[in-house]
Formats: sequence, C-alpha cells, structure tokens
Amino acid sequence: MKFAIVVFPGSNCDHDAYHAAKHVLGHDAEFVWHKETSLRGADVVVLPGGFSHGDYLRTGAIARFSPAMDAVRAFAETGGPVLGICNGFQVLLEAGLLPGAMLRNAGLKFRCEHVFLRVEQTDTPFTSLCSQGQVLRIPIAHGEGNYFAEPHVLAALDANRQVVFRYAAATGEVTPDVNPNGSIHNIAGICNESRNVVGLMPHPERACEPALGSGDGLVMFESVVTALTRA
Amino acid sequence: MRARVFVTLKPSVFDPQGHTITEALHQMGYTGVGDVRQGKFFELDVEAASPDQAQTLAGEIAHKLLANPVIESYRVEIG
Repeated sequence: MKFAIVVFPGSNCDHDAYHAAKHVLGHDAEFVWHKETSLRGADVVVLPGGFSHGDYLRTGAIARFSPAMDAVRAFAETGGPVLGICNGFQVLLEAGLLPGAMLRNAGLKFRCEHVFLRVEQTDTPFTSLCSQGQVLRIPIAHGEGNYFAEPHVLAALDANRQVVFRYAAATGEVTPDVNPNGSIHNIAGICNESRNVVGLMPHPERACEPALGSGDGLVMFESVVTALTRA
Repeated sequence: MRARVFVTLKPSVFDPQGHTITEALHQMGYTGVGDVRQGKFFELDVEAASPDQAQTLAGEIAHKLLANPVIESYRVEIG
C-alpha cells in the first residue's frame, strides 16, 4: 500500500504520519508537496496536522486552494480513502469535502493532552478493525478544534451515521466534562456521506508506539490497509 | 478602487473571544456593555471599471476566501 502525505507550508506532523505508515506499519509512504498536481498512484491520502499557512485568515482556509487539493478531491470522488488529521481535518472542512466548520476552542486555551475517543462507526476504511464503542487513547494538540455544524447538518450527520469519533471518558461515556474544546455533541471526527473521507482532530499518527505514550492509533492505519486489501 | 469587507460570526455561533472581551470590559467597570462580537475587517485594493463591478468582485472574494459561509456572514462597502 502506498500512503501519500500532502505537505503544506506549515504542516508539522507530516513526518509523524510518514513514520507511522512506513516505519511502524511497514508500508510505502511518500510526501506530496502542496504545489504538486499528482498523488503518484497513492492508495491512501493523509492530510497531516500542523499550521498550514500559519493558520492565517482561518485554519486550512488557504491550504484548501492548493493544487494538490484538486488531486485529493478527484481521488476522494473515486472513493479513495482520505484521512485528515487536525489541520488536515480543517483543510477538508474548508474544502467542503467534509461538512461543518471549526471554531476556536471554547475555553480559548490550546489543548495539548491525551484524550479518550469512542469509536462510533466501524464501517469506514480507518475504523474497519475497530469495534463499536471501542475506546482509544489519543493525543490532541489544537487551539481550534471546536467543531460546529448547523442543526440541519448535525441532524443529517446523525441520521447518516457520519460521526465517527466522540470525546469520551476512559469508560467510553460521552459527557460534557470530557470535551476538551466545546465541540458540538463531543464530535472529534466525522466522515463524508460516502464514508471514504474521514477527518478527526486528535493525532492517531502520534499514538502508534506505546513508548510515545499510546499505541492506540495504529489500529486506524492497520484498518485502512485491511480495508483496501479486502476491496 | 477600495473595497472594505466586514466578516462576522453568524449569531448562532458561540464567540468565546467576544465573550472574553465582554467580561474584561465588565471588570474594567463598563457594566453598561452587553454582548460583544469579534469579527474581521479587510481592505482590498481592486481593479474595477465601476463601483458595481468592485462590489461584485469583492463579494466573490469575500464568499470564496475571506469568510467561511458555514459560520460567518459578510458585507462589502466600496470607497
């Protein structure tokens, strides 16, 4: 499997994603600079975390117009698996590849800590090896992770089972006090209607080795390989 | 031609920065200040044959880039 990791000016978790895919998972990985127009035959696309364009104007607002994003859009339209992590999720939202928008954390503080996520859907390429309700311990590092969507969009997300991850307690219980950023309905990650594009604010690529604090994120990378191998 | 674009969060969106400013003002003694909403202001220097053309161009730019229509609304002033 080949992972393409798109690099925008200001991306800083591109190497973590590369490391996870290539050194931990053992598959092929390549960096694709934001000005490139081809994904070079990649099987999976990752939009990594960071501060593309310095988060100027709005997070992801400028990166979404990169030439590489045309290729990502085309890839997503053919059903290719796309994973947007943190800033990558923000880029997908701004690009309209995922519904809703991201706001500044409700508490106005940059949150940098491990959180627990409850897996709500197991029929996406990135959660195919997870079990319903599985709890993953994954780090977050963001100042603008407060997910927002208008009521009718939220209703559609729920009806279509597009909420993939919610902030939860270690027990899996979803309550307001475990919500690190004010995200509506504790939403930490969602997918598109076709379920091939997944975005989440937490960093699974930084939780692939227990020595770094948690190995719970590896299952998301293993899942996409399995999902593609099955297909 | 100069175009000014004002971008504000939609009323349905919680504005923690605006709220923080309100709290600060109250602590400073400005108890008569109610809600504060923080927005963005852009000044564009655009090439246009007429104010109407400038308005249209600035509006397109505002809609595409300067504002996120999911959470923000905007207005354009020319001149």
